[in-house]
Amino acid sequence: MSSIMRGTTDNGPLLPVPDEDGAPFWEFAARGELGVQFCAGCHEPRFPPRPCCPRCQSFDSEWRATSGRGRIWSFVRPHPPLLPAYADQAPYNVIVVELADDPRIRLVGNLVAAPDAALDSVDPARLRIGAPVVVAFTELAEGVTVPRWLLERP
Amino acid sequence: MAATLKDATAIVGIGQTPFARQLPASEKTLACRAILAALDDAGIPPSEVDAFASYTMEETDEVEIAKAIGAGDVTFFSQVGYGGGGSCATIAHLALAVATGQATVGVAWRSRKRGSGPRPWRNTRTQLPTPGQWTRPYGLLRPADEIAMLARRYMHEYGATRDHLFNVALACRNRANQNPAAMMYERPLTREMYMDSRWISEPLCLFDNCLETDGALACVVVSARRASDCRRRPVYVHAVAQGLPAQHHGMVNYWTDDPLTGPSWTAARHLWKNADFGPQGVDVAQIYDAFTPLIPLSLEGYGFCGRGEGAAFSEGGALEIGGRLPINTAGGGLSEAYVHGFNLINEGVRQLRGSSTAQVPDATTCLVTAGEGVPTSALLLRS
Repeated sequence: MSSIMRGTTDNGPLLPVPDEDGAPFWEFAARGELGVQFCAGCHEPRFPPRPCCPRCQSFDSEWRATSGRGRIWSFVRPHPPLLPAYADQAPYNVIVVELADDPRIRLVGNLVAAPDAALDSVDPARLRIGAPVVVAFTELAEGVTVPRWLLERP
Repeated sequence: MAATLKDATAIVGIGQTPFARQLPASEKTLACRAILAALDDAGIPPSEVDAFASYTMEETDEVEIAKAIGAGDVTFFSQVGYGGGGSCATIAHLALAVATGQATVGVAWRSRKRGSGPRPWRNTRTQLPTPGQWTRPYGLLRPADEIAMLARRYMHEYGATRDHLFNVALACRNRANQNPAAMMYERPLTREMYMDSRWISEPLCLFDNCLETDGALACVVVSARRASDCRRRPVYVHAVAQGLPAQHHGMVNYWTDDPLTGPSWTAARHLWKNADFGPQGVDVAQIYDAFTPLIPLSLEGYGFCGRGEGAAFSEGGALEIGGRLPINTAGGGLSEAYVHGFNLINEGVRQLRGSSTAQVPDATTCLVTAGEGVPTSALLLRS
């Protein structure tokens, strides 16, 4: 069984387990792009992805790459008890980013000093609601790429 | 005649086991003890029970319970989802069943060994599918982390502070210090202890989080007519509501236009529409408190104050006995026991019987709520 099917590596970070609706997001991420689902009928973006449009009920959707820019909407700093891979880096940050393209689309992620840096690599004093951030990508495990966020003005 | 649920049914029996970090008995045994205690409190023999309601997360089922306690033929049974959001809905479903003639004696219960058992968030297998793929890989692992994210934004938007969250924790702890059944009965809390405690997920510290408890509770619901023949003074189910707002995402409600209004708002609109009184007519409230920030959000949702005013509402001892709205008078999930909010229902009944260990003088109305931040439910009780 591949690691992506198991949903976790051996004591490593949790890996995303895409469902049918979410799979394109991870395909975009693997190409280094931040994709968002749009309704092909009324052109409304929606997140998380789902089978049909809550506004016009169309089942036709399309995925588009976004600019990858946004602002920190909120953040937390988890402390143990945590799963081992996260306890090792705690306290680290988890942020919610509202996208510049559409502030109603918000993504959970981590603010890091460099794309492959640890989850605790940014000085917590730099965490601020409203801070502009830009997306980067890191390979969490073989074949599994996830977005990370960097301060636009480090 | 239009069908109405208003005051058509009553809670006539309550029962519970001791609460502790660890109890030796099984969840099934604890459930049976709580249910039989509630039936004895009501003066109703178990053979007359014909309806059951509990949570989808409840590990004991109707078959096991019915055959163990000696129930009769059962004609109604239901389970409500979304963890602590389902607490009040168990009573609501029984009230609906009894008021419409589907059953005559209903039992709702929750039995949980959360203290002895593993922490649910450690089970990564059940959590990783949607929406786990959008949160878990980034280390947003626990309910405390998910609510802390909303709490930080709430503090940012409305100027709420840790002192406001402390007001909530303190009110619950003060009531627990009056309640010998509470896990924190002999453990007073000070502001210094709160401010110096360890973080769980900043901005939430240890005392912003509920307890980890083994225990069980149960209630008995019958028609208002039958209630007058029971052993105890009836506590009437005045109004009930469930709430799942449009475009809601559970505790990770970051993906809706307005993440800081949740299921409480939806449940509240329905609740007040069907009640003879509004928020100003509530004498005492039992508000679901898995985490302290749920209290200011719920105070806003149920209309005790305006949007963004929930934290400020807690100032000046407002949540204490004698304050504007005494809450969680047995100690709540923060300081009595965390049994998915069922202890809040039993305490609501005790207040209206006049038998609480922190009695609000002459209380005749009580709001009980289930979890804000998940599809929820609420009860208005009156004596």
